[in-house]
Amino acid sequence: MAFISSGYNPDKPMENRITDIGPRKFDEFYPPVIAKNKGKWLYHEVLKPGVLVHVAESGDEIYTVRCGGARLMSTAHIREICDIAEKYCGGHLRFTTRNNIEFLLDKKDKVEPLIKDLESRKFDGGSFKFPVGGTGASITNIVHTQGWIHCHTPATDASGTVKATMDVLFDEFKQHRMPAKLRVSMACCLNMCGAVHCSDIAILGYHRKPPMLDHEYLDKMCEIPLAIAACPTAAIKPSKMDLPGGAKVNSVAVNDSRCMFCGNCYTMCPAMPLADKEGDGVVLMVGGKVSNRISTPKFSKVVVAFLPNEMPRWPEMTKTIRKIVDVYAASANKYERLGEWAERIGWERFFEKCELPFTHHLIDDFRDPAYYTWRQTTQFKF
Amino acid sequence: MAKHATPLLDQLESGPWPSFVSDLKQQAAKRAKNAEKIDFQIPADVVDDLLGLLELSFVDGVTHWKHGGIVGVFGYGGGVIGRYCDQPEKFPGVAHFHTMRVSQPAGKFYTAEYLRQLCDLWDLRGSGITNMHGSTGDIIFLGTTTPQLEEVFFELTHKFNQDLGGSGSNLRTPADCIGQARCEYACYDTQNLCHTLTNEYQDELHRPAFPYKFKFKFDGCPNCCVASIARADMSFIGTWKDDIKIDQEAVQAYIGGEIAPNANDHNGRDWGKFDIQKEVIKLCPTACMWMEGGKLKIDTRECNRCMHCINVMPRALRIGDDRGLSILAGAKAPILDGAQMGSLLVPFIPAEEPYDEIKEVIESVWDWWMEEGKNRERLGELIKRQGFQKLLEVTGIEPMPQHVKEPRSNPYIFWKEEEVEGGWTRDITEYRKHHQR
Repeated sequence: MAFISSGYNPDKPMENRITDIGPRKFDEFYPPVIAKNKGKWLYHEVLKPGVLVHVAESGDEIYTVRCGGARLMSTAHIREICDIAEKYCGGHLRFTTRNNIEFLLDKKDKVEPLIKDLESRKFDGGSFKFPVGGTGASITNIVHTQGWIHCHTPATDASGTVKATMDVLFDEFKQHRMPAKLRVSMACCLNMCGAVHCSDIAILGYHRKPPMLDHEYLDKMCEIPLAIAACPTAAIKPSKMDLPGGAKVNSVAVNDSRCMFCGNCYTMCPAMPLADKEGDGVVLMVGGKVSNRISTPKFSKVVVAFLPNEMPRWPEMTKTIRKIVDVYAASANKYERLGEWAERIGWERFFEKCELPFTHHLIDDFRDPAYYTWRQTTQFKF
Repeated sequence: MAKHATPLLDQLESGPWPSFVSDLKQQAAKRAKNAEKIDFQIPADVVDDLLGLLELSFVDGVTHWKHGGIVGVFGYGGGVIGRYCDQPEKFPGVAHFHTMRVSQPAGKFYTAEYLRQLCDLWDLRGSGITNMHGSTGDIIFLGTTTPQLEEVFFELTHKFNQDLGGSGSNLRTPADCIGQARCEYACYDTQNLCHTLTNEYQDELHRPAFPYKFKFKFDGCPNCCVASIARADMSFIGTWKDDIKIDQEAVQAYIGGEIAPNANDHNGRDWGKFDIQKEVIKLCPTACMWMEGGKLKIDTRECNRCMHCINVMPRALRIGDDRGLSILAGAKAPILDGAQMGSLLVPFIPAEEPYDEIKEVIESVWDWWMEEGKNRERLGELIKRQGFQKLLEVTGIEPMPQHVKEPRSNPYIFWKEEEVEGGWTRDITEYRKHHQR
């Protein structure tokens, strides 16, 4: 390949340099009906799973067809999305905060032909390219992080766990039969680039072995004081080590029993890797939400302390998630989010109904907030 | 013929949900064929090697990416994340595989024309693999080599009027909900505020001067579709002060079953006939609603705007007209001191251009955090360390009961000397005249 210059001159980087111009302005991309009716929408209705209509004061309508997608997306796939948008929507489309694709139509009679087209498109491997759904009382697309495709700290894969989970929950993406919306999120380590700490169901990658120490290189690769300061439990201290060759080097020592496997030291110091095939796996958390509807926002709670990474489809994990979803769907009241349901019936009942073992790992022992999660009352259920 | 066998990943091609493996394979095949005769500026088999490396991780159960290196574009400290593979001999196509974050338009609206331009650029100068979108909201370009970084940036800025987003210890690319563009619940123009502040704070976004990352997110109403309350150091959540507008005829239409509740989005199973008492009035968290003479009544002063009744009956109930937003501060994921939700800082502030009052709050918070925050300490952790009272002090906001769920249950108040009559300086000799040792 021959290098093609964009016009950038490396000898004079400031020549014609344009900086700090920000993103493109949103209204460049509005469909005409949105530009006209912005701020003047009267109401909306979900016609069927994946299809919304919004009605404006002017009487104008906009129809939205929502479909799922892997957020890891090739330009080949994006070009196909563009072709569809041009064929049906005058080239207009948008993405949702949960990685769904929305095609925006100004006429109702375009809805069914578009859906038919979307549902007919499949990858060579057989999966749908653009399954329509993900609205209302369904389980919509999973927000997630990078995992093994592109990150240096994951304890599990992201795209793989998400694909396996959405395959198991696919019918719920396509239907409105949950008591309320049910949000699943996935983060491949507890840095949580995705907001899994407030999701109805969260999949979280977790390490369980303290960092290994690459003593020979540690002082060369890392700022030792930063590595020490990075530890939230003060488990790391400076130490001098004798290498097998006789050399004495500055390094660190880790008090393994104080390690909570957050990986923050590894973020600061590449000579302290902690990923491990047996050590790493997933935690399941449930009952969080971000909406202020009825009850206040809630954090997700750990209900399964650890499941091993079972590539390529994490069967134990998806089976457990499916079980929780089924029990919730059968037991909760209309409009009741998973966390609200669990609090109403009591967590002791949640574990019983979901047939999940309760182990000591699930009792909080991390700092002051732990106390507020213990039971300071005689009110409990047998 | 694929470059690497991927028997584990192949098992993720079946099943109904869109398969990222199938998509990666289609991209690999497309680059191998290269029907458009593109003069790829990074290895043509980059996606084959990405698949091969991912398969290796599926076998090994661990990642094969090294720590990021220090790469970027001249003058910026964010927007590019260096990435190198730890098996470069086996997978040379992804030996260097840096991420570029492209600042997304507010609301994530696009035209096909614009997205194709980005695809053309990324096919030529990168892997052609993206995230639509990253967790924070940017368009993510996944995978290019160091010499291409400036070239991509030059083309983005010169040809597409498009900048990079944030990474590292700076303002991260702000994100918003769909807002007034297509939602009747939006209490302010999320897109306009998001875009305005993103542009106002380009320096903070591109040049790391903060103790750690800082996120803004903009939700048009308390339904919080972009999760600002859980994910943003400062969350801007639309709200209103006056009456919920009631269309009594539409209320009757809901009661009569002519309009399906909750915008018809529970229609996948039989929940029985709509019961306004059970589904709306009894679920109201403040019990501020009742039926009287066939009319729905709401005691506005007691309403806490949870959105439930409006969500259930969107054709009968509408948000009020005296609109603005609440600002909450300090949300973050668990690293390091545990997860935090945003805490209410400003109960109500108008959201009108040029947003000077909002900028004043932001900048007073930043001044404090930049002065007092430790290395890698998020705003929420600083608030915990120095106290919510300190946050009120630095922002000049008067304390009020809305700031707390409940008052403190211990009396350990750190009284200041000037708050105590007569001050703290006393005379022990005078004291001893009346009190023997």
